[in-house]
Amino acid sequence: MTGAYDAVVIGAGPAGLAAATLLAERQARVVLVDEQPAPGGQIYRAVEGMTARQPELFEALGPDYAHGDELVTLFRTFGAEYRSQSTVWQISPADGSDAAHEVWLSRGGRSELLQARNVVVATGAMERPVPVPGWTLPGAMTAGAVQVMLKSAGVVPEGMVLAGSGPLLYLLAGQCLALGARITAVLDTTARANEQAALRHLPAALRGAGFGYLVKGLALKLRLRRAGVPIFRRVTDIALQGTSEVTDISFRSRGRPMWLSADLVALHEGVIPAQQITRSIGCVHDWDAVQHCFRACTDAWGNSSVDGVLVAGDGAGIGGARAAEHAGRIAAAEVLRRLGVADAAGRDALAAADLRGRAAHLAIRPFLDRLYAPPAAILRPADAVMVCRCEEVTAGAIRGVVQQGCLGPNQAKSFLRAGMGPCQGRMCGPVVSELIAEARGVGVEEVGYYRIRPPLKPITVGELAALDVSGA
Amino acid sequence: MFRRLEDARADISFSFEGREVTARPGDSVAAALLAAGLRSFRATPVSGAPRAPWCMMGACFDCLVEIDGVASRQACMTQVAPGMRVRRQRGAKALESDPAAETAA
Repeated sequence: MTGAYDAVVIGAGPAGLAAATLLAERQARVVLVDEQPAPGGQIYRAVEGMTARQPELFEALGPDYAHGDELVTLFRTFGAEYRSQSTVWQISPADGSDAAHEVWLSRGGRSELLQARNVVVATGAMERPVPVPGWTLPGAMTAGAVQVMLKSAGVVPEGMVLAGSGPLLYLLAGQCLALGARITAVLDTTARANEQAALRHLPAALRGAGFGYLVKGLALKLRLRRAGVPIFRRVTDIALQGTSEVTDISFRSRGRPMWLSADLVALHEGVIPAQQITRSIGCVHDWDAVQHCFRACTDAWGNSSVDGVLVAGDGAGIGGARAAEHAGRIAAAEVLRRLGVADAAGRDALAAADLRGRAAHLAIRPFLDRLYAPPAAILRPADAVMVCRCEEVTAGAIRGVVQQGCLGPNQAKSFLRAGMGPCQGRMCGPVVSELIAEARGVGVEEVGYYRIRPPLKPITVGELAALDVSGA
Repeated sequence: MFRRLEDARADISFSFEGREVTARPGDSVAAALLAAGLRSFRATPVSGAPRAPWCMMGACFDCLVEIDGVASRQACMTQVAPGMRVRRQRGAKALESDPAAETAA
């Protein structure tokens, strides 16, 4: 067993990297744990060394991605301990204020226990599930997945249809164009009502870093138009067609039925906080009615409802990469206060610039959240649509058990096995909660979410048996 | 469909269902297979429906394959190694792995 750390930081995206860097800079005993082979998270995936390795790709991915290179370089400079390819499968929060939190992780088939006075959960976001007819067919992927192919493997999609809404959809389109890839079409699902709702928040969105984001967004859309990419607006009723794989996509644009041939469709309706770790620890989550997602509740410093467990970045509400980076340093400053390295005034001084920076990057969120609010048909799909990909449970089956008296997601799980497959409810959880809320006529916050239990990712019984817990 | 950028040299090789596949060092098994044109990675245990990677970040578990005789490995979270033997995962995992079938591939 490894001795106690001042802090275990989970996730090497912007929040985790920034937190670990500041903690290491201040001589705290910190370890950064991450599932990927290299630091950067999904947003800066494979950024380290890309300038030398694949300069053309680095250039095409753009300046926002390039920022990740600076972040990773700083992280390496301060030499925080770093465990790559390590999957956290259980966190047992401290039992009493003198005790340590226990973080169990698995690397290369062997498990290990880390003990820590503080845990900074920086596990970020995942893409919102996009349950449309045919979304389980090969050839249907998330936009983020296609972007991971670009960043991590230099593999470019050809003839892709991009469907949905949100900044990532347009960013990915721009990156693909920069690499000379052909895009069959962009299907924009943004509703007119969203634009009207967002408009009221436009003045606030011009403040802070907001103006820069808006300019970038408009430039991307202009680039698509100049490149001659067909853009269909007010898209509804998306269905992926094909028996063993995607061959076509049908949809309506401004009410008119349309049909396109496509063997690759990237779907995207924004991102939501990754809740698996914070829920398993027992952190309180609340429902964000604007972002349409659950998120771990935190104070301004990132403290969750569990003492010594902090949440930094998108896990505490979607704010984007730059806001997450600031949140990582803010949480690190709070950890330093908790460790007695800094007093409250010292923490405040240390975090002052980051508190301002985070606010500047969050200024555009109320506008974006309304503009790209997910369509109801994605949140609460039609009966025939598969909701639980693992156990192949449809939306209709979920509605059916509610009719039989099922009140919540955990009951639905025992009735239907939804959420019991290998993904452990990551893909169906948000949809199942929405469907039950709709069928019962109550709010999603009242329905709640799956109870998340360890192991957070599957591990073998052999790995458990081989654990040395003699000192635990 | 996907294509590799010209500067992404694919110079290590592994096998999928006995067929040789080339990959770039650092590729995940999922990225290498998609780049090679593979569509279906597995058949589901419930209906036998074909599946392929959905999220590429370790969340959806739809890219599960058998790697070097071990079933239910996440192809998107596993880096390619030279000589790796990857097979399509068909339905539910059998309790006993069959070494003869593995060698035959």
